[in-house]
Order: sequence, then C-alpha cells, then structure tokens
Amino acid sequence: MSATKFLFAGFGGQGILFSGKFLAYKGLIEDKQVSWLPSYGPEMRGGTASCSVILSDTPVGSPIVSNPDVLVAMNLPSLDKYEDAVVSGGTIFVDSTLIERKVKRTDVTVHYIPATALADQNGMPTLANMIIVGKVLKELNEFNEEGINGALGKVISARHANMLDFNLKALKIGSEN
Amino acid sequence: MKGNEAIAEAAIIAGCRHYFGYPITPQTEIAAYMAKRMPKIGGCFLQAESEIAAINMVYGVAATGKRVMTSSSSPGISLKGEGISYLAGADLPSLIVNVQRGGPGLGGIQPSQSDYFQATKGTAHGDFHMLVLAPASVQEMADLTVKGFELADKYRMTAMVLADGTMGQMMEPVSLDYEVKNTVEKPWATTGTNMEREHNIVNSLFLSPEKLEEENFKRYDRYKLIEENETMYEEYMMEDAEICVSAFGIASRVAKNAINEAREMGIKVGLIRPITLWPFPKAPFKKAGEKVKSIISVELSMGQMIEDIRLASECKVPVTLCNRAGGMIPTPEQVLEAIINANNGGAK
Repeated sequence: MSATKFLFAGFGGQGILFSGKFLAYKGLIEDKQVSWLPSYGPEMRGGTASCSVILSDTPVGSPIVSNPDVLVAMNLPSLDKYEDAVVSGGTIFVDSTLIERKVKRTDVTVHYIPATALADQNGMPTLANMIIVGKVLKELNEFNEEGINGALGKVISARHANMLDFNLKALKIGSEN
Repeated sequence: MKGNEAIAEAAIIAGCRHYFGYPITPQTEIAAYMAKRMPKIGGCFLQAESEIAAINMVYGVAATGKRVMTSSSSPGISLKGEGISYLAGADLPSLIVNVQRGGPGLGGIQPSQSDYFQATKGTAHGDFHMLVLAPASVQEMADLTVKGFELADKYRMTAMVLADGTMGQMMEPVSLDYEVKNTVEKPWATTGTNMEREHNIVNSLFLSPEKLEEENFKRYDRYKLIEENETMYEEYMMEDAEICVSAFGIASRVAKNAINEAREMGIKVGLIRPITLWPFPKAPFKKAGEKVKSIISVELSMGQMIEDIRLASECKVPVTLCNRAGGMIPTPEQVLEAIINANNGGAK
C-alpha cells in the first residue's frame, strides 16, 4: 500500500496545522487520497500542536497517524514525544534552531534545518513552518511548482493574497538548504 | 473540507434555513459555518442562550414544517434530551448532530462514542426512537446529513447524525453534488389557516391514556416500516470471514486498517459497519452468528454497541470488546491483536 503518513508537531502558533493543510491540498491537487486531522482544543492556544496527514494512492483507512513515515519536529517536546514513534527507515525533519539535540535513532534518515533562523534572516519570522515544508518536499522529490501554487491558492484566503509570494519564497528557501 | 463544515454545507444544500445552536467543542465549526452562510442566503442563524433554548427553537420551526437543525456535543445533547422527547411526542421532523466527546459529565474534548446508548435508547423519557446515522468519513458526514433530513420528513421524526470529535475535526475531500428530495407534503404544519381550513395543532400532551396509547402504537408502526426499509450497513470482506469485527464511525476506519493487515497474515476476517445505529442492522449479525467463530466489537466507549451485537447475533458466538474510552482511540495494532487472539480461539 503506497501511503505516506506525516506527523507535524510543534508549538501552537508555529503554523503546524497550516503546513499540514498545505501538504494535504497539494496531495489533493495531485489526485492522491488525503486526510488531515488536527489536534484541537487547548493545544491550539499556545501549547503543543500536532496534525496528521496521510497521502495515499488508495482510500485512506484510519486518519490517525501513530507511527509516521515522516516526522516534522519544530520544537524539543515534539521530538522527545514522537522520535520513537517514527517507523524504521522513516525520515525526521528537525528545526535545528529550536532543537539543540540530535536525533538518537540510527535507523531513520534525519534532516536538520535551521528553519526558524532562516525565517528570521529572510524577514519572514512567521514562515519557519513553510521553510521546513520546502525541505520536506525537496527531500521527497515532491517539489513541483504546479502542485505548490495550486495548494497555496487553496490554503491562503483571498484576504491574505499578499502572503502568497512570501510562502512560495519560504518553500524555495527550504528546498535550497 | 472539515467534517463539521461538510455537515453544515450539506444541511444548507438540503434546504435547511434555520439553525439554532450553542457553542461546544468539538462541533463549534458547524455553528461558525452557519453564522457565516445563513445571513447570505436568507436563512436564520441564531446562537441561543443555552442548548435547551436551541432545541425548543427547533421545535418551533419544525412545527411550521420547515427543515431545521441544531448541533452540539455530548453534554449539550444531554441538555437537549427533554426537547427531543417533545419533538418525538409531537411527531416533528428535525435533524440533530452530536459530535461526541468523552464523558460522563463535562468529560473531555477528545473523540468518543460513548453516547451510543443515549442516541439509540435512552435519549429522554417516553416511548420513542431517533433515526441514528453514523458517518465514517467526511463524505458521509455530508451524505448522511442530507439523508437525515429526507428520512426525518418522510417519517415525521428526529434524525440524529452521530459523529465524534475525529470526524468533526478531520479534513478529507468531499463532493457535494446532490439531488435533494424535499417533496414530502406536510398538511399538519402550522402555516396559517388562511381562513380556509381547521387549525393545525402541534402538541405532545395527551391526557387521555387511550389516545396516548394510540399515538404510541401509530408511532411504532412507523418505526417498524423504518426497520424494514431504512436499515443501512456496510460489509467488508465478510464473504469468507471466520472472525467478524464490528465498528461504526472512526472505529471502523481503524478496524479496516487492522483487517487489511490480518488478511495479509492469512486470517479470514471481515467487518460489519452499521451505518444506521437505530434501526440497528440485525440481519448481517444474525447471519454472522451462524458462520463466524467470534465477533469483536471495536468501540470508543466501555462497550455499548456490543449489547446490540449480542442480541442480533443471538449469542450464538462469543462477542468480545476491543475498546478505548474517555477520548482515547484504539490503534490498528490493538485491534489486530484482538483479531489474532480471536483467531487463536482466545475469545472468552
């Protein structure tokens, strides 16, 4: 079964749910079966936030990701909590600005990217999430402009259309680092 | 689209122009969506002062024959119980959504299926049922909302969409292309006599026991028709199954993952997924009781549907529970372990 299970985790406010939504819409545009499940409730208001995304060629069974193929960890508590849950042979993306320690597992591929620092340096402090997503797409060979533009158009409301270019730029920065 | 939003949009497509509610996690997106959309299409969104007020507003609109709905989550549905009983007593059609959370009491806000008893048996006082529809995808959240309005009108009763926090919060692609049936005549509706007919009276008070008994018998004759004609379920890999898993809603999706894995291990296992919880799909369980080794009920509760499974399968085979409760969800691994146990004859 060719399904990829993603888990995005970090602080509330880092755009965890947004990055997941972007990835799900990109999958939808590319004719994949998709599901997106957020953590909801008090976590959304500043605690730890996470969301499960599944992209699949066949209908998605359970939308809950307990053992991700891909973990995106944007803070230390998230890495601590989910590192052991990643499947053997899976991939972990770490925001190395906010997480000082290294991944202990040796049976997974790890990418360290200083997403928060890159976001600050490029004058887009709220887009560390999209920088790390850019890296994810690059590493999974999923960085294609058509899907990206389509998905950005879906997740960014017309009211915030001016943010579209910033998001695109963030994704590119991520893919180049 | 989020499950909650799919319900709201489907209701609008079904012709619902009156929504009354009171916010509660994890169903608040339904109210939020209605608040945004209703004013634009000439509908009525009203945030009531309480759940009890909201259900009684539903009663008022239902009496006029218009499609009307309210939504809430577990503790809020308990508050609506009295009003739901009055709706039943007055034979009024309406749609109620329960996006369940863990209980009892205020409980928590994470997904649960522990209102099964409440929805199918013990909603409130008196002899009555609701039609209970249990979606297992965002698409079904929409489909069963439309279906719920149609059935409610057809049988003059309340239909409930019984979802859970996961179904409400998750996003999946959804297609909202419906040919909505809204053709049921409602000669009983209080729409004004225009001085051309007798007054219509909508009421649930019958002080003569003979009359009240007659009303109840008539209602249960309708229920019998519903059991015969409207029962819905899905069977998955049941043809050659030796182990039967049963689950509804989100639990059925977890169960399917486990079943697929078990099949890869060579275990003959299938799924019966009730879509209507009332009427309960008795026939497939009766059949299963005659051919499988055992039945596993996967639930996000301390075991509620399991009682109906035992009754429907006439206790011919062991029925065991595989569950999490209080807002926790069983993992596919937990269900797989239960399947392997059952296959090894470990079912007690």
